[in-house]
Amino acid sequence: MKKDSTRKKETTEKGTLGETLRSRGVSRRSFMKFCATTASMMALPPAMIPMVARALENARRPSVIWLSFQECTGCTESLTRAHTSTVESLIFDSISLDYHHTLQAAAGTAAEAAREAAMEENYGNYLLVVDGSIPLDNPGYSTIAGISNLDMLTECAKGAAAIIAVGTCATYGGIPHANPNPTGAVSVKQIINDKPVINVPGCPPIPVVITGVLAHYLTFGSLPELDHIGRPKAFYGQSIHDRCYRRPFYDKGQFAETFDDEGARKGWCLYKLGCKGPTTYNACATTKWNNATSFPIESGHPCIGCSEPDFWDGGGFYKALSMPTENLSQTAVYAAAGAVAAGTVLGAMNRAKKNASNKIHIKTTVDDLQK
Amino acid sequence: MNTSSFNIQTGNELTWNARPILFEVRHALEELVQSGENSIIDLRSIPLAPGEEETIINTLGQGEVHASLDALGPSEIYETRYAGVWLITHYNEEKAVVSRFIEITKLPEILESQQEDMSNALVELTRDLGTQDA
Repeated sequence: MKKDSTRKKETTEKGTLGETLRSRGVSRRSFMKFCATTASMMALPPAMIPMVARALENARRPSVIWLSFQECTGCTESLTRAHTSTVESLIFDSISLDYHHTLQAAAGTAAEAAREAAMEENYGNYLLVVDGSIPLDNPGYSTIAGISNLDMLTECAKGAAAIIAVGTCATYGGIPHANPNPTGAVSVKQIINDKPVINVPGCPPIPVVITGVLAHYLTFGSLPELDHIGRPKAFYGQSIHDRCYRRPFYDKGQFAETFDDEGARKGWCLYKLGCKGPTTYNACATTKWNNATSFPIESGHPCIGCSEPDFWDGGGFYKALSMPTENLSQTAVYAAAGAVAAGTVLGAMNRAKKNASNKIHIKTTVDDLQK
Repeated sequence: MNTSSFNIQTGNELTWNARPILFEVRHALEELVQSGENSIIDLRSIPLAPGEEETIINTLGQGEVHASLDALGPSEIYETRYAGVWLITHYNEEKAVVSRFIEITKLPEILESQQEDMSNALVELTRDLGTQDA
């Protein structure tokens, strides 16, 4: 009897998503709601909801192996925040997450055995998700169970159907890759050339974008259309600037010059405060964060361009894109003349900025905020 | 605190996207009236400033039909004051909005009884009646 029930459970888990949901008592009407929300999450036009429903009905439960390398766990934090939603929970119930060393209960030898078993059982078909960059200078900078990140990635990539690089570290090297890149950090795509790699950058990526890419794979069994640097066009096809609700102020030449001037109070464009929206491609302006509550620009802060390559070395978060960056090579010349001189130059630049800000500074009071 | 009085991000100026969306609704309603074609607008795919979604919802108002659904969390479905224009809001179990659509149709499909559920219902009803007879 026990054997039968176990077999039935296995059959259900390996069945289609439609079968799995029905076995859990999910009605067709609930399934339609799930499909509508999933289509919205994947940034598909609503006209495609019936197609999503047909595809999800017949989707099979894929095995997923998640590797975390040089990272801060922010990507996993972002993803698990998404998990509070019932619909997204269903997506995660619809995959078999066989290895994720932060989330799984098993540790050490047992955890590695689970990874190896999943790889063997699903060879050629599992989905490999990677967050974090890979250090090439010295394998000892980052290891898991004594295995270097490079060895683990190349070993796991061999049997993967596709690889999803999650977060800016995995997609472009991210903060570990920032100058002077002490660990020799590189991205997944700089190592793996013989498998499809989909880049889902962001520091961290929007949780719905992560689940949206998984949902696309689950729905259609293929990777979505990608842009020239491997990002899904559905989420990274348009710039933050083009989708920003403050864009009309840019078009009219109305800018905030400081964080507390009249322009900032009126919600004008943050371009002059260093907004990287014009050169950043992501879904923040429409998908937003925290259950579509807001996104940085809506909170009054410029976009820092975290989903773009080398965003950390882009020359300052608060410098307008049109302004030339301080010429660091020139600074190096001053440094050759004496470190104090270099410090003096940068200090003078900062003082000039501070003085300019002070001149137009208006103090904000609690009464102002409650107006 | 009344958050609507705490709007330091936008002042009184918005994206001006609310009105074009309402025109899109009008165009879709014209299609429905003339050719019976249904349309859906995903409100989460359009950049809107704080308060603009509310502007659209308030402009459409509420009509005669109001339905609630309990499927994977609650959903609220109602016909706006413009017949044939429905607002559908899906929530998760934590009551957070997960998706919101304007459907221009005679009746949103999600309100109709679904073929598969009806087939299951037939089996269950037959089984229950059989049990009672026994």
